[in-house]
Amino acid sequence: MISVYHYMTIAAILFAMGTYGVLTRKNAIVIFMCIELMLNSVNLTFIALSRHLNNMDGQIFVFFVMTVAAAEAAVGLALMISFFRNRESIDVEEIDLLKW
Amino acid sequence: MYNYLWLIPIMPLIGCIVNGLLGKKFIKNEKAIGAIATLAVFSSFLLSVKYFFQLLGDPVKTHQQVVFSWMSVGDLQIDWGFLFDPLTAIMLLVVTGVGSLIHLYSIGYMHGDPGYYRFFSYLNLFVFAMLMLVTGNNAMVMFVGWEGVGLCSYLLIGFYIDKKSAGDAAKKAFVVNRIGDFGFLLGVFLLFWTLGSEHGVWTLNFVDLAHHGHVLGFGGTVVTIVTLCFFLGATGKSAQIPLYTWLPDAMEGPTPVSALIHAATMVTAGVYMIGRMNVLFAMSPTTMMTVAIVGAMTAIFAASIGFAQNDIKRVLAYSTVSQLGYMFMAMGVGAFTAGIFHLMTHAFFKACLFLGSGSVIHSMHHALHHAHLDDDAQDMRNMGGLRKKMPITFITFAVSCLAISGVPGLSAFFSKDEILWWTFGSTRGMWYVWAIGAVAAGMTAFYMFRCLYMTFYGKEKTDARAKDHIHESPLVITIPLMVLGLLAVVGGYIGVPAILGGSNHIHHFLEPVFGHASEIYHIGIKEAMHHNHALEYGLMALSIAIAFLGIAVASVMYLMKPELPAKFTKMFPKFHRLVFNKWYIDELYDAIVVNPVKAFGTFCWRGFDVKVIDGVVNGVAKLVGLCSAGLRHTQTGLFHNYALAMVLGMVVMVAVFVLR
Repeated sequence: MISVYHYMTIAAILFAMGTYGVLTRKNAIVIFMCIELMLNSVNLTFIALSRHLNNMDGQIFVFFVMTVAAAEAAVGLALMISFFRNRESIDVEEIDLLKW
Repeated sequence: MYNYLWLIPIMPLIGCIVNGLLGKKFIKNEKAIGAIATLAVFSSFLLSVKYFFQLLGDPVKTHQQVVFSWMSVGDLQIDWGFLFDPLTAIMLLVVTGVGSLIHLYSIGYMHGDPGYYRFFSYLNLFVFAMLMLVTGNNAMVMFVGWEGVGLCSYLLIGFYIDKKSAGDAAKKAFVVNRIGDFGFLLGVFLLFWTLGSEHGVWTLNFVDLAHHGHVLGFGGTVVTIVTLCFFLGATGKSAQIPLYTWLPDAMEGPTPVSALIHAATMVTAGVYMIGRMNVLFAMSPTTMMTVAIVGAMTAIFAASIGFAQNDIKRVLAYSTVSQLGYMFMAMGVGAFTAGIFHLMTHAFFKACLFLGSGSVIHSMHHALHHAHLDDDAQDMRNMGGLRKKMPITFITFAVSCLAISGVPGLSAFFSKDEILWWTFGSTRGMWYVWAIGAVAAGMTAFYMFRCLYMTFYGKEKTDARAKDHIHESPLVITIPLMVLGLLAVVGGYIGVPAILGGSNHIHHFLEPVFGHASEIYHIGIKEAMHHNHALEYGLMALSIAIAFLGIAVASVMYLMKPELPAKFTKMFPKFHRLVFNKWYIDELYDAIVVNPVKAFGTFCWRGFDVKVIDGVVNGVAKLVGLCSAGLRHTQTGLFHNYALAMVLGMVVMVAVFVLR
C-alpha cells in the first residue's frame, strides 16, 4: 500500500535534486528546468497531503502554482533569448555585472 | 481730522516700489525717474504742511491713528499706528522738506549714473523708513523705522558697488549700528516687561508711556538701565562716542546721501527718540547726566578731529558728529526743545553745506575728468579760489558757515545759544558741560572757516589743465542750495528767546510734548538764574566772542598768512599726526574689539567648525564607508552565490522552525 509517506519521500528527493541542480549547473535553461522540478515536487506534496487530509485547499493551490510557473517560464525564456542575442551564451557565470 | 496721516509715509514707499521695479526696464528716462521720486516726497511734504497748520489751530495736540493691529501677545497689544503731535509735526516738516530739496538736487547730481533708478528707489525707501520712525505711535513701529533707515543707510553708503572702500564703509556702518540697535531692543524688552509684570501696564505706546511711565519711580534702577539701553541705541544711530566711527566713513556714499541721511535726518533719530521718551529720561538723572557728558565729549572730540582733515566731506562729517553732540548735550540737561530746535536748524545749514560741497565736488570731478587727471576731487588742497567760479555755491556755503559758527542773527545762533544757556542754567545743567560746549563752538567756527577758506579763497590750487573747466552747477543743483541757504538764515527766528524780544514760538509749540515731564521732575532754568538777565546776556556775549575768535584765528591762519598752518605742523609734528589720524581711535577699536572678534571668528571657523563640526560629520560618513567597503564584497554578482545564500537561509529557517 502506497501511503502518504511514500509521496513525501519522492517529493523530498525531487526537491533535493532540483536544489542541487540549481546550485551546480551553469546553463540557464537547465537551472530553469531544475526550478520547475522543485516547483512540481512541492505540487506533489500539496496533492498528497490534500488527499490525505481530505481537504481540497491544497489542490486549488497547485493550480495557482502551475499558473504562476507557466507565466514565469514565458518570462524566463524571453529573458534568456534576449541574453543569448547579446552574449551568444546562456552561461549564468557570465551574468555578473551587478556587483561591487 | 488727520485721516490721511498714513499717506505721508506711504507716498515715498510707492515711489520706491515704482522706481525700483519699473525704473530699469520700463521708465528708463532719468527725468521721469527723478520726477516720480521727488514728487512722492514732495506730496508728503505738502500733506505735512497742511497737517502742521491744522495742528497749530487745534486745541488737542496729540492725535493717534491706528491702521491695524500688528501683534497681540498676552496682555501686550501692539498696533500699527501713527502718532501726530507737535514733535512729530516738526520732524515731518524737516524730513519731507529737506528730503524734497535733496531729491531735486539729486536729479542733477546723479545725472548719467548707471544706477540712477536704484539711487532714487533707495532714497525714497529711506524717506519712508524715516517717516515711519517719526510717526510711529509705539516703540515697535519706531523700531521698524529705526532698522529701516539703518538698512537704507547701508544700501546708500555702498551705492558705488564697484568701489571696495564703499562696501567696507557700508558694512562698518551697518555693524556699528547693529550694536546700538541691540541696546535699543534690550531697552524695549526691559521696559515692557518691567512695566507689565511689575506694574500691570502692558504697553509700548508712547502716549501711554508718557501717562504711566511714572510708576517706574523717579531715579529707579530699572528706568536708569532702560534709558541707558535706549541711549546706547541713540549713540549708534546718531554717531556719538563710543559708536561714532562709522559716520565719517559713511562719506563714501554719494553726496546727497551724506546730506540727507548722514547730516539732516537719520543721524538725528537718536535725538528724536530721546525727545519722544522724554518722560522716561527725565526720571533718571543718572542717564541724563550720561547723555549730557557723552554729548559734550563728542562735541569737542569730533571738532578737534575736524581741524586736520583735508577731505571736504570728512570735515563736514566730523562737524555733524560734533553738532549731534550738541543736541545730546541739550537733551541731557533737559533742554528738549532746544535740542529739537538745533536738530531743525542743523538740518538746514548742514544739508546746505553738504549740498554745497557736493556742488563743488561735482564740478571739480567734471573738470578733472575733462583734463584726464587723477587728482582727488574731494581734497581741499586741490581747490582754492573757487568763489569767483561758483558764486551761488560760494554764497550759500558761506552763509551756512556763518550760521553754524553761531554768528548773531543766523539760525544756529539762536539754537546753539539756547543750548548753552540751558547747560549753564538748567536744574540738570553742569558748568563743565557748558564750558566744553562753549570751547567746541569756537572750534566749530575755526574748522568751518578753515574749510571755507581752503575751498573758496586763496590761490587756485587746482591743476592748471583743469582749472578753466570748473564752473557753476546747473539750476537743479543751485535751487536747493539757495532754499536751504535761506532757511539757514531765517530758520532760527521761530525760536528767538524772550530776552532778545522774541516769543520763542517753538518752545510753546513743543510745550505739550515736553512740558509735562519737565514740570513734574523740576527740569527748567534754575530759579536763581531765571531773571538774571545780566548773566544771560553775558553768556551770550561770551559765546559770540568765542565764535568770532574762532573765525578770526581761521582767517589769520588760512587767509592772511597761509604759510602758518605748515609752520604749526612742523612745530608740533606728533600732535598733528595724532589729530590727522583721528586720535587713532579706529586703530584702537581694531586692536581691542575688531581684531579679537575676528580672531575668535577665525577660531570658530578653522578651529571649531572645520575641525569639530565637520570632523564629526565626515567621521560618521567615513565609518559607514569603511564598513561598507568590507561588506560590499559579498555582492559578487554571481548567480550561484545568491542561490546558495537563499538555500542556506531557507535551511536555517526550517531548522529553527523544526528544532524549536
